[in-house]
Amino acid sequence: MRRRTLLGGALAAPMLAACSGGGGGADGGGGTTLSYGMWDPAQVPGMEKIIAAFEKEHPRISVRIELTPWASYWTTLKTSMRGGTAPDVFWMNAVNFQLYAANGVLEPLSGHIKADATPVDRHPDALVKLYAYRGTQYGLPKDFDTIGLWYNKALFDKAGIPYPDQTWTWDDVRDAAAELTDPRQRVHGFAAEMHRQFKIYPAICGAGGHVLEDGRSGFGDERSIDGLRFLTDMVDRGWSPPQSAMVESIGRVRYWSEKVAMNYDVSAVSGQMYAVPAIKDHGGIAVLPRGRRRATIIHGLANVISAKSRRKEAAWKFVHFMAGREAAEIQAKAGATISSYQGTQDAWLTSMPEFDLKHFIEMQEYAVPYPSSENTPVWENLQYPLLGAAFSGKGGIESAARTLGEQMDRALKEERAS
Amino acid sequence: MSVFPATAAAKARERRGAAAPATSRGQRAAYLFIAPLGLGFAVFYFWPLLQTFYFSFTEFGAFGGHTFIGTDNYVRVVRDVTVWQALGNTLIYSLIGLTGLPVAIVVAALLNRRGLRGVAVYRALYFVPFVTLPVAVGLVWNWLYNGDFGLLNEVLNRFGAERRYWVSDPSTAVFAIGMVMVWSTTGYYLIIFMAGIKGIPRDYYEAAELDGAGALRRFFTITLPLLSPTIFFASVICMINSLQTFDLIYIMMGETNPAIGDTQSVVGLFYKWAFVENAQGAAAALAFLLMLLIAALTYLQFRLQKRWVHYA
Repeated sequence: MRRRTLLGGALAAPMLAACSGGGGGADGGGGTTLSYGMWDPAQVPGMEKIIAAFEKEHPRISVRIELTPWASYWTTLKTSMRGGTAPDVFWMNAVNFQLYAANGVLEPLSGHIKADATPVDRHPDALVKLYAYRGTQYGLPKDFDTIGLWYNKALFDKAGIPYPDQTWTWDDVRDAAAELTDPRQRVHGFAAEMHRQFKIYPAICGAGGHVLEDGRSGFGDERSIDGLRFLTDMVDRGWSPPQSAMVESIGRVRYWSEKVAMNYDVSAVSGQMYAVPAIKDHGGIAVLPRGRRRATIIHGLANVISAKSRRKEAAWKFVHFMAGREAAEIQAKAGATISSYQGTQDAWLTSMPEFDLKHFIEMQEYAVPYPSSENTPVWENLQYPLLGAAFSGKGGIESAARTLGEQMDRALKEERAS
Repeated sequence: MSVFPATAAAKARERRGAAAPATSRGQRAAYLFIAPLGLGFAVFYFWPLLQTFYFSFTEFGAFGGHTFIGTDNYVRVVRDVTVWQALGNTLIYSLIGLTGLPVAIVVAALLNRRGLRGVAVYRALYFVPFVTLPVAVGLVWNWLYNGDFGLLNEVLNRFGAERRYWVSDPSTAVFAIGMVMVWSTTGYYLIIFMAGIKGIPRDYYEAAELDGAGALRRFFTITLPLLSPTIFFASVICMINSLQTFDLIYIMMGETNPAIGDTQSVVGLFYKWAFVENAQGAAAALAFLLMLLIAALTYLQFRLQKRWVHYA
């Protein structure tokens, strides 16, 4: 989830009133003020519009945004949870969700959803499930992103290769990567970067493997290894820069500077891509090519309510509103992200007419939810140190993946024991 | 002064009393003067230290609350291979850090030559890296080291050397970062050594010169021995600082660096455990063990100093 880091880091806005007192619960006029925790400054204008619409509908409730930069969002949140100053409603992601749910610091929403008939079924099923823990729903999705194939039409034209489309398989990718690679121009066909959300997980799932299933790691699985090999093979053959070269200039930057012809990247980066003149002019988007099966990774943020909130009723009204059509349409118009409410994405699609953004939404059908467990960072942190050598063309992927699988299983076992 | 006529006995008492409280009053004043520092030390160092020690025997909940688990955390620390790897890396950083001291001594001796112009400018130039934020230092050096467009590669390339990804190649990363550490701290030690050399009486040099001792001879037989207390102080500080190294590595490495295991320091590992992986208890144990290690190495340095430090 590097993009959050990028967004959060680059635009790091000052923390707004993060230490405001908790006394604003029921002030003089009987109105309620909710605090809403989020990290992305790019989404503030959209969120403000949604809040205005919400306040119009509920005149006695007002919502104040508490913006914390991504780099410190989770540490701040955890500390404020302990101290009882956490926002009433806040953004949640898949990596952290189960930790919060398991520790009982989130308000269960299933009862509310039933009572108020919240349109949960209008959001992608895979996404809704990401925010359920042991049969209880704790969060409602607000947006989503999928991974697609970004390609450079000019480089394809130069090599005389037809553009990627939905018929493409991994063989087509390999053939094209070989053709597109031009050592003299320092152009690579593909960026097989060591990035879990954009490259590793989509490849593993595309090969028919899995990352995490029934509390067990899938990294040792034969098909998962095939997926990883699809990536490392590109490095070994010189069709992709080695990982050691992509630490300093990441795949996305190489794609921007037209040094990489094909790159897997997330839908949420579209706005940034659109701002690069060359890419706006001849950047293309296709669904992820098919390996053993079709797959991409879907992730999205959810709104959750703090179990310690003293304004839960108002908080639920807000979260319910955010999961509805009106809020989704306002969000889509703001352009920063794809709303997860079905049929509200048109505004986003037309905001960048040069790009075929619809492919990102099409891929929902076979998208695999971002894998997570109760203490996701522990086993995620095992991946890069163990796979790094193989992604740099030094060492086999098979043994590295098996070791990773074993260590991840050990971490998962410890997680269950604690 | 009393307005009442005092008896002899009272006067004697007063005299006796005046003598004893004089020291205790002086002591009180002294305690008062060190109170701000002492209080700060107690609140921000000593109390957290005790807490860390206590928490190292507990499992710490992500949202508060902890349960006593005995020595499990210490067992985990000792059994974890990444801890040993991080310890190895940290010791390498310390050794690289110590190599900065001879450089600083030589430069300090050169800058202390009589008649050298612009000493203040040089001193400032050497000191600037030390007062620059590690984040800025890390980012700039990352550009210098950059494998594709870095200045270092451009220069080396002119001489026919192959381009390298200095900070993401496991065989060079630890040295690349270590060099930046040396670069950014040399100025600090330089200032200390310059002050130390200034404290050596000129007469010694003049006498040695009259006896026909050359510059090198003077450096090795006068400057070095008489500077040894300063060198000792600097090496202790340098050792402690490099054992706690973290920020520069954190900035320069990035998450997806294949060399991450080969560069991670003990404090880096502590950060990961405590703030990313929700293992505060084990992190506390690690921090406590690091403190013991630093204490042991510092003690060792104090023991060994008797053999080489000359107090004039």
